[in-house]
Amino acid sequence: MADRHSRSADVSTGGPGVTSSHARPAGATASTGVLDGQPGGNAPVPPDFRINGGGLGGGGSLPRRKGFGAESMFRGLTLAAGTMVLVIIVAITVFLIAKAVPALRADDANFLTETDWFANDSPPRFGIAALAFGTVVSAVIALVVAVPIALGIALYLSHYAHQRIATTLGFLIDLLAAVPSVVFGLWGVIVFVEPVRDFSVWLNKYFSWIPLFGGDGPFGRSLMLGGLVLAIMVLPIITSLSREVFMQTPTANEEAALALGSTKWEMIRTAVLPYGRPGVIASVMLGLGRALGETIALAMTLGFINEISPNIIKNGGNTIAANIANGFGEAGEIGRGALIASGLVLFTITLVVNMIARAIIYRRREFTESAA
Amino acid sequence: MAKRVEATGVTAYYGSFKAIDNINLRVEPKTVTALIGPSGCGKSTFLRSINRMHEVLPGARVEGSLTVDDENIYDKDVDVTAVRRMIGMVFQRPNPFPTMSIFDNVVAGLKLNGVRRKSVLQDAAEKALRSANLWDEVKDRLGKPGAGLSGGQQQRLCIARTIAVEPQVVLMDEPCSALDPISTLAIEDLMFKLKDKYTIIIVTHNMQQAARVSDRTAFFSIERTGDPGRLIEHDSTQKIFSNPSQKKTEDYITGRFG
Ligand SMILES: Nc1ncnc2c1ncn2[C@@H]1O[C@H](COP(=O)(O)OP(=O)(O)OP(=O)(O)O)[C@@H](O)[C@H]1O
Ligand SMILES: [Mg+2]
Repeated sequence: MADRHSRSADVSTGGPGVTSSHARPAGATASTGVLDGQPGGNAPVPPDFRINGGGLGGGGSLPRRKGFGAESMFRGLTLAAGTMVLVIIVAITVFLIAKAVPALRADDANFLTETDWFANDSPPRFGIAALAFGTVVSAVIALVVAVPIALGIALYLSHYAHQRIATTLGFLIDLLAAVPSVVFGLWGVIVFVEPVRDFSVWLNKYFSWIPLFGGDGPFGRSLMLGGLVLAIMVLPIITSLSREVFMQTPTANEEAALALGSTKWEMIRTAVLPYGRPGVIASVMLGLGRALGETIALAMTLGFINEISPNIIKNGGNTIAANIANGFGEAGEIGRGALIASGLVLFTITLVVNMIARAIIYRRREFTESAA
Repeated sequence: MAKRVEATGVTAYYGSFKAIDNINLRVEPKTVTALIGPSGCGKSTFLRSINRMHEVLPGARVEGSLTVDDENIYDKDVDVTAVRRMIGMVFQRPNPFPTMSIFDNVVAGLKLNGVRRKSVLQDAAEKALRSANLWDEVKDRLGKPGAGLSGGQQQRLCIARTIAVEPQVVLMDEPCSALDPISTLAIEDLMFKLKDKYTIIIVTHNMQQAARVSDRTAFFSIERTGDPGRLIEHDSTQKIFSNPSQKKTEDYITGRFG
């Protein structure tokens, strides 16, 4: 104890050695002892002690705790910010529920099972069933198409492509993420609808025995078109996040797999995919969130027939978000409340999906945590 | 079960940098050979060229010939994965697959080879874990994550994983450098045991360890930084540590290096 005290006194009571080391630029202090040709300066002080201490270690008596300083101010600031978020969320929720409840009271049909949406009639008849169905189906189509492609591209970029190709392609994909959804909507309804219609006709011709591709037209502005446009929109999100986690696979694990005699693909299956799994799930969930909430692109591409049908290629389909975008303009008091109620349902769907994803990640937490 | 390894004129590059130059070394079956030498002299590089792991790094390549029982593993038509299956490797830092259980870690190599039968896998896992002196410690928690074991246990798990596929040769790159003395002893004991079945080549910075476990010792060194590493002397461990024929070797093992 006494020894330590005398050491720190040496350092901080401001002998000439210390002041001179303070005067140097930060980078130079590390080598003071050596440069001065007097190893360690003050004999009992090990050089590294001087680097780190530099007087900050404190001699003399301990200073009092500050009543009000940067520390407590910052704490107050973060607390205020956190509280504000909570208050805003609660306020929004209360507002939405307050608007939705009167509309739901006035509803002449069962909100959960009714497929039509005549919220401005009197009496108003509207229900969420067909909209929720369309929302989920278009998002599912988007993911079924986008996830395999996105993971394939991500693996290619992280483990197969040459550096330069990977950078270029990665950049292009990020660019895709920057395209506004209204542009996707326009492109979908003007350009993309043609090949999708041809493809639908072809599917209908050969696979009409599958309920998904049955019916007798017209085809084109269907849930499939909406889903495919969504797929292109969520592709960049899933791709770049998955690529990121694939690239983070520890080299040690990849080499372990290779040293066991695995081929590259086997190595990816043994080391890369399991390691990236939580990240991939998270990226898919982000993509799903985007697909479920996407508004304008679907409002432009879908054919707007509120019904629950397994057929995904015929004109029609509607989603909660698209219905809000299309209906808000001419909605009356009850109509608005009804749309808000549908928004709350969308919120619930997204929430449930996220909770399921968390549960999936959580179930293997024992493994993924020790991986980190 | 064990094979002779013979390196002839092995030269390895990282891009344009020549890391080892013209290594000639013969390792007899069922012996332990220790590679020693100062840091950066190319021990790991040489070890990794024995199971063709060197070429995994971008721009890295190997020249010369490396035969295992007279078969050149660098022949054009040799399947790299078969080479790596035949020549197992234990790395410096334990690297169990983090997402796998202890059991799955041990049988990972077998599964890669298409073994699916549960009973076969179970027998193989028990056998490998017993050989790695780990069975008693983990037999009640085979389903738990491999990464949840202590460092020494993880390293023995990695050894079990390596020997589960019954290779001919086992390479170890400083397998004990991250371990405490007790785990180190456990692994040294293990090497004695494994010597009955496998040809073992181990890199170590620990002279006592080299002296304890190896039959023969190869001393690598470099002239200056930037120069390629060379094999200075290769002889029986006893000779190297009591009466080396090269001055450099003597300087190194007596600690007068540098
Ligand atoms: N991935 C790499 N890229 C470029 N050069 C490398 C790479 N790995 C090693 N080297 C260089 O090759 C030389 C030999 O390295 P190597 O790792 O084989 O040495 P070592 O004898 O194993 O050293 P240590 O005892 O410190 O592990 C060194 O000069 C090193 O800088
Ligand atoms: Mg090394």
